[in-house]
Amino acid sequence: MAEITLIEAVTQALAYEMQADKDVIVLGEDVGVNGGVFRATAGLLEKFGPNRVLDTPLAESMIAGIAIGMAAQGLKPVAEIQFMGFTYPALDQIINHASRMRNRTRGRLTCPMVVRTPYGAGIHAPEHHSESTEAIYAHTPGLRVVIPSSPARAYGLLLAAIRDPDPVIFLEPSRMYRLVKQAVPDNGEALPLDQCFILKEGRDITLVSWGAMLHETMQAANTLEAQGVSAEVIDVATIKPLDIETILASVIKTGRCVVIHEAVKTCGVGAEIAAQISEKALLNLQAPVLRVTGYDTIVPYLKMEKYYLPSEARILNAVHQTLEFA
Amino acid sequence: MTIVATFSVEYTQFLDPQGKPTQPLPNFATNCEELVELYRRMVLTRVFDAKAVVLQRTGKMGTYPSSLGQEAVAVGLGNAMRKEDVLCPAYRETGAQFQRGIKMSEILAYWGGDERGSCFQANQDDFPLCVPIGTQSLHAAGIATAFKIRQQPRVAVMVCGDGATSQGDFYESVNLAGAWNLPIVFVVNNNQWAISVPRSAQTHCQTLAQKAFAGGFAGEQVDGNDVIAMRYVVERALEKARTGGGPTLIEAITYRLHDHTTADDANRYRDKAELNKAWELEPIARLRHYLTAQGHWSEGEEAKWQAACSQQVEQAVQEYLAIPAPSLTDMFDYLYAKLPHDLIEQREQVIAEAKLGGDNHHG
Repeated sequence: MAEITLIEAVTQALAYEMQADKDVIVLGEDVGVNGGVFRATAGLLEKFGPNRVLDTPLAESMIAGIAIGMAAQGLKPVAEIQFMGFTYPALDQIINHASRMRNRTRGRLTCPMVVRTPYGAGIHAPEHHSESTEAIYAHTPGLRVVIPSSPARAYGLLLAAIRDPDPVIFLEPSRMYRLVKQAVPDNGEALPLDQCFILKEGRDITLVSWGAMLHETMQAANTLEAQGVSAEVIDVATIKPLDIETILASVIKTGRCVVIHEAVKTCGVGAEIAAQISEKALLNLQAPVLRVTGYDTIVPYLKMEKYYLPSEARILNAVHQTLEFA
Repeated sequence: MTIVATFSVEYTQFLDPQGKPTQPLPNFATNCEELVELYRRMVLTRVFDAKAVVLQRTGKMGTYPSSLGQEAVAVGLGNAMRKEDVLCPAYRETGAQFQRGIKMSEILAYWGGDERGSCFQANQDDFPLCVPIGTQSLHAAGIATAFKIRQQPRVAVMVCGDGATSQGDFYESVNLAGAWNLPIVFVVNNNQWAISVPRSAQTHCQTLAQKAFAGGFAGEQVDGNDVIAMRYVVERALEKARTGGGPTLIEAITYRLHDHTTADDANRYRDKAELNKAWELEPIARLRHYLTAQGHWSEGEEAKWQAACSQQVEQAVQEYLAIPAPSLTDMFDYLYAKLPHDLIEQREQVIAEAKLGGDNHHG
């Protein structure tokens, strides 16, 4: 089986589900003829035609807003917003309507829709193209927030997101799009939307991360292994709902935890994870939970973005602080 | 110089403010039963509306936005729509909603602070009232997109106020409707006021109808106090949309005779003389003059119908007041199709705390 990248896994999942379910409609800017700015929708227009792959005018609130109307009519729109920084015009529609339509109509109207968007820094993109503001969406009741970090998880989680009866924000780490290749069977098997994935088992410390930061986190874990430190690595994958049970079980085992994310530190999802660990496993902790995150700054433009993103060295530094905590 | 495009806005009126025809009436209006039906619906809407305001004033309901004076807009468009069409209202369209199977008690429940008011028992597809101004225009465009994809002969109708036409979502939906030739009708209830901001301060456009031209389709004005004209232009636009002719924007000229809502006091910003003048144009007296002159309506029938409306509304109020309190856990139980595991603990917490009767349950 040919190995594919994360972006190709996204395409594979979209094609699979469009074939399986005629109600699945892909829409967004440049998703048709151009196949998407990252080529996530390449070939879909040719395969499924212009009634299933809609090149929209350039208006992000509109993309989210019409997805709501389409979803209420029983379609399953999968909307692409070109970059996370351009999802903000759609926040009104997502927060005021998509997330609460089921609740405010007591189940009469629902929004089975997916908003896909590339997110994160590190691809030398222009201004506004490096956002990682997943906490905004995780803070919104009624949404699910999903972040794949490998081709296989992109495939399985996107299938699950499309099939889910509620709105899902699907954040694709653009730095991971073509970073690794993996064989991903096109078998239509979805992954659960409410479970962490343990990428590496370990005894001494728990490293919790998601998205592109898992690349540096796994590097750090391998370095630690060579140093005789056994790190367990957890890919949160679904930021909302948060599978705190898997994280707690790991922390109870290791007694130490570092959370790594590229979003800003203050009010980031790492704060929520640390708070829940302190609420539920304080006496199992051998050291405070540390966070290695982006700084509370605007992501620098491409010349300096590498200084913003947590590096393997910063992760190792935090791990050693945690291990040496007396 | 070469002129590359020209645009014009038509204005439709059949009855003048005294109820005198200004041109031959459309076919449906030659049937006196249809006209009496429109009249009865407008009166019913007004009786309901007055009662809703009383319920708020007497502490039996929350804030309420009156549709006083705008009955012809809602009744006319609701009457023109087919059952299979979908309405995306703002919040002054009760006169349309009642014709679409939505119960008075549901509207009262909504404003009384009960989400179940939007779980319409007899209408599965219409959208609930929409408070974030103009956002519903995109929902209607999405619904119309679904109709187009599935090749269904159905039309989405969105209603908004004059203020909403300043919103980005409104422009975005107008643009898309034109670009995709969507089966959608935009009805702008131009009641001259967006809370305290008058129509003149909202936009420099001579008409709101011309905003359709930016989308590449027709915009027209109608006397929104003339229910015959309302029903006529909306029906025409629906037929056009249903048969592939694309969108229409209808600007209905009317007037908000009440405050913005029961939480507002228009005396602070609105000239009393303007209000008095607007009362001379209101839609119900106008049609009553016409029907009376034609011998289709009488004082006796008026009294009987007023009494019937009061009785119907009173019954709805009793239904509303008798609705049992919502379940404590509803706030969790309708958030997702299936409650995610991370919310189970909080759901149990709300039950436990209610039993303790804490300070957060002020009644």
